[in-house]
Amino acid sequence: MIKGWVVIKEILRGAWITARHFTVNMWFHTLRLFGVKTRRKGAVTIQYPEETKPLSPRHKSLHRILRRENGLPQCVACTMCATVCPSECIYIEAAETEDPEVQKYPASFVVDLNRCCFCGFCVEACPVDAIRMDTGEIRLASGGRAGLEYPLEKL
Amino acid sequence: MIDALIILAKIVLALAWTMILALALTWVERKESAVMQDRIGANRASVFGLRAFGLFQPFADAIKMIFKEDFIPSFSERFLHTLAPFLSFFFVAVTVVAVPFGDAISLGGRRIALQVVDLNAAVLFVLAMLSLGIYGILISGWASRNRFALLGSLRGAAQLISYEVALGLSLVGLIMVFPSLRLSEIVRFQGGLVFGFLPKWGIFLQPLGFAVFFIAALAETKRVPFDLPEGESEIIGFFTEYSGLKWGLFMMTDFLEVIIVSCLAATLFFGGWQVPWLGPAGFAFPWGGAWHLPAWMVTVLQVAAFNLKVFFFCWLQVLIRWTYPRFRYDQLMNFGWKFLVPFGAFNILATGLVLALK
Repeated sequence: MIKGWVVIKEILRGAWITARHFTVNMWFHTLRLFGVKTRRKGAVTIQYPEETKPLSPRHKSLHRILRRENGLPQCVACTMCATVCPSECIYIEAAETEDPEVQKYPASFVVDLNRCCFCGFCVEACPVDAIRMDTGEIRLASGGRAGLEYPLEKL
Repeated sequence: MIDALIILAKIVLALAWTMILALALTWVERKESAVMQDRIGANRASVFGLRAFGLFQPFADAIKMIFKEDFIPSFSERFLHTLAPFLSFFFVAVTVVAVPFGDAISLGGRRIALQVVDLNAAVLFVLAMLSLGIYGILISGWASRNRFALLGSLRGAAQLISYEVALGLSLVGLIMVFPSLRLSEIVRFQGGLVFGFLPKWGIFLQPLGFAVFFIAALAETKRVPFDLPEGESEIIGFFTEYSGLKWGLFMMTDFLEVIIVSCLAATLFFGGWQVPWLGPAGFAFPWGGAWHLPAWMVTVLQVAAFNLKVFFFCWLQVLIRWTYPRFRYDQLMNFGWKFLVPFGAFNILATGLVLALK
């Protein structure tokens, strides 16, 4: 049996809470619809493709190879990153240059994002600070495996 | 000839009003629940990039439902299986003919009542049609030849019959106070005043009757606090074996019931199309002031007031549907028989006592 007024009180309190949420949120929705700036939004929803949550500056996202002033990659093809990589997803082919300052550069530098676990060890291992993971690009998707093997030009 | 055309126009308009409101309610239900829960709700359906707060979502839903396969299981009773959703839908949709949308208007020398048919026993007619809706539920469960669907329909029938008792009892007190069973006269009666200032609405004459009526009517709509017949996700309901548009008809029946219950609550307890202190010549305030209005303005105000009341009750029912958890079956039966029915009976006694002593 329904236990009298306690239950009725709680029932009314429940309706009061939802009605309050409705009116307060509706108020802020309406204000924003008419262009009034409010500190609060009517909903906590983030409308994803149009509106993204800001990433932390330390967030590890898609890799980036830094370039020299003449456009060549800063990488000296020492293969430290490929060695430290726990997923073994970096493939480097070294080649020589005429520049005596540089001597070696990567003829091909492929990051296989199918395998990458975004641990960031490659960034820490790099002796010349040539690779970083700070692009903020996290929407990595492709129709096939080949599309996720990023060569030097895409990094 | 012209009378037949007027009747036809009224039928079409009333049905269109109900169906459009039912479509809009599916949108309101999504959006209101979202706003209550600090979400945004369906807003992606767009026509040529125009989203309009997701107002196209009901049409997207309808298109999806139309193109679904209309599947009848091989073990089901073909004819009855097809008949059930139509019965369920028809008995609810037909009640809208008794609802008065406004006072009678004069147009080209004719008096046209803003009501499809002015039945002399409209309250009984509406109650009877709502009761007949049980057949849709029972036949759908029976004809599906699915044990769970049958159990669901039996639960539904038991619930609806139980709450019909309370619904009927709650209205007896009202009928004792009001002079007629005609809905148009009930509304006209509510234009009077009690104590010289309070409009003579059913809610002020029968507050307990309204509480019992509204709870019992909520149970009649078969929506969440009382959705034991359906229980989509946990206990399997009576329309398990339905798909596509026939399932849509059952859903539509629910929304139509919400609208009909709102219409009834507004008409019987909140003065229908009456605006407080608004007479045929304009406002006449109890503190002495008067504000004369042309006749068309009065009609517009009345129809707007009726729609506003109906919208409010639709809003309230959606709020209730998204606030409370479902009853257990024994709680449901206890609540109906040991709480609502005694209160309804007490209401009749109290009303009789007051009327006798007056």
